[in-house]
Amino acid sequence: MNALTRSAPWRGTAWVFGKLGFSGRSLVIAIPMLWLGVFFLAPFFVLGRISLAEAIIARPPFTPLFDRAPDGSLEIFASLENYRFLLEDALYRNAYLSSIRVALVSTIFALLIGYPIAYYIARAPEPKRSILLLMVILPFWTSFLLRVYAWMGFLRSNGVINNMLLSMGVIDSPIQMMQTDFAVYIGIVYTYLPFMILPLYANLTKLDGALLEASSDLGASPMVTFFTITLPLSLPGIVAGSMLVFIPAIGEYVIPALLGGPDTLMIGRVLWDEFFSSRDWPVASAVAIVMLVLVVAPIMWLQSVQNRRGMD
Amino acid sequence: MDGPAIAADTRPWRDPAARPFISVRDVVKTFGDFTAVCDVDLDIYKGELFCLLGESGCGKSTLLRMLAGFEVPTRGRIEIDDEDMAQVPPDRRPTNMMFQSYALFPHMTVEKNVAYGLLREGVKKPEAYARALDMLRMVKLEKQARRKPDQLSGGQRQRVALARALVKRPKLLLLDEPLGALDKKLREETQFELIRIQETLGVTFIVVTHDQDEAMTLATRIGVMKDGMIEQIGEPREIYETPNSRFVADFIGTVNLFEGRVEAAAPDMMRIDTPDLGPVLVSPQVGLSRGQQVWAALRPERFWLTREKPENAPNAWHGHVEEMGYIGHMSHYRIRLDSGVLVRASQSNRLRDEDPISWDEKAWVSVNPAAFRVLTR
Repeated sequence: MNALTRSAPWRGTAWVFGKLGFSGRSLVIAIPMLWLGVFFLAPFFVLGRISLAEAIIARPPFTPLFDRAPDGSLEIFASLENYRFLLEDALYRNAYLSSIRVALVSTIFALLIGYPIAYYIARAPEPKRSILLLMVILPFWTSFLLRVYAWMGFLRSNGVINNMLLSMGVIDSPIQMMQTDFAVYIGIVYTYLPFMILPLYANLTKLDGALLEASSDLGASPMVTFFTITLPLSLPGIVAGSMLVFIPAIGEYVIPALLGGPDTLMIGRVLWDEFFSSRDWPVASAVAIVMLVLVVAPIMWLQSVQNRRGMD
Repeated sequence: MDGPAIAADTRPWRDPAARPFISVRDVVKTFGDFTAVCDVDLDIYKGELFCLLGESGCGKSTLLRMLAGFEVPTRGRIEIDDEDMAQVPPDRRPTNMMFQSYALFPHMTVEKNVAYGLLREGVKKPEAYARALDMLRMVKLEKQARRKPDQLSGGQRQRVALARALVKRPKLLLLDEPLGALDKKLREETQFELIRIQETLGVTFIVVTHDQDEAMTLATRIGVMKDGMIEQIGEPREIYETPNSRFVADFIGTVNLFEGRVEAAAPDMMRIDTPDLGPVLVSPQVGLSRGQQVWAALRPERFWLTREKPENAPNAWHGHVEEMGYIGHMSHYRIRLDSGVLVRASQSNRLRDEDPISWDEKAWVSVNPAAFRVLTR
């Protein structure tokens, strides 16, 4: 018992809550629970409820859940029609698949670029290490939108890259880079690279140098040591970084909207169109719920893997 | 010192014609402006169990790491089995190392840890695992083969590390504080276990340690290091009985040091005048001249303690027992001599029904002239 828990106001409060059936522990948990309940769970249920309705021209633009039938009895109106629609219309299926593909490819590239950077920073001596780490975080201090616009300046037909290549005589006419999937990949990998680097860095700094020496002492070349020791031991960092890139990349809206072309089909854009162009809130809600499930599933899988490993 | 003829075979360092297995020549290692190892010359012979002994920061680990190839000497030459090691990276050296932290791969089972080195050598999997299991049997861990390192006790981990370092049958095994993390009882058992394994396999061992008891128990020879330099190399007995400096005398075991000047150097007896004890008669030692400043070193167990003044004792002083520590097989004394100087003496308790000299008793301490070791630095 420390000074705080022995003090009179605390004891009084604890007594009151004790009478109400709360312990100190549940109070501590209550704050995040309340936060999640108000700002995540409640909106989720609202969304779920809208996804079961039908679009009408009214305000709000969907049918109410309860209604008075002409005979005065209470009617509940809910249907899975919107979900069936998502399954049947190839547009949505393609959008989901294409989102997953874009997110997956971006994650792989972010990993391939981020791993050597994280490794280098983790192995750098101290003053240099802090500077390098700062350089990874620094872009966050400017607006995300601004940085995407900057990429437009680089990628467009009379942009920096094309002008440079033209003046050097490498190409005769500008390469079309804007409004392509390529631009979307660049945007996503660029934006989410720090989320890959930071967990990897945190993992790789913990790697015991003696293990690498032991491996080398037992006859492993640096390459073999990397694949048999460093890589397996950094797997938690790889998984964490990949999740942090993959999950936001799936639902990414701004980058494909600004850098992508008309055929860049991503679920974030479909969602926007359903809500604001078609004003079909129920279908849009269904799209959002399905996306949530798609994103949550890999996290749950990851958690269960980690728990299993923890129990070993 | 001429030993019996047969002993020359097991103590090649006594044979001037013997070729050293490892030769370290004028090796220097600096880190920035700090000199970790300074002009070290060292010959180690096949089958030896050589201990590098010193306090932390004395350069012993750096020397070991240079032998393993993790550090490159700033200057000098290291040869193992007549091969210059300058251009040989750690993974191509005929050495294996047992790390102080054991450095077991946490994501591999015990079995995989031990087989790792064999697999890197290109040994086929079934054979590698069979040999790994043989080695685990030798360190009595075959039942734990499928466990992960974090499921083992400290002593078990130590044995896995040893098995992993030995499985490739290296010509030279380097051990960095191999028993440092074990508790006292386990450490003593493991010391003899190490000697047994070393003798069974005939591998040359170099052990780095800061624990003088460990070095004395394990080593065929000891190299005492201080400030990056080797102070003395010798068999444990030589190091203990004939240290070449006050540092070595004080570092290995306990010692009483009496500063003085050589007064008379007769061929049969030498006299040293010390402020603490007055004139002391010692056996003559070569290379000393009259008036030279020396230190007479004496191990505590070389004092004779008696209640009566001993007869015909050339060196005898009277004093009283200030403190006495009974630790079972020995008793340690601190005796204040009449001259005011405090000396440390010890007696072994050989008889059960002795009446030992105890606190506050008056006593005589006497010393055989041959028991002193005269040091010049």
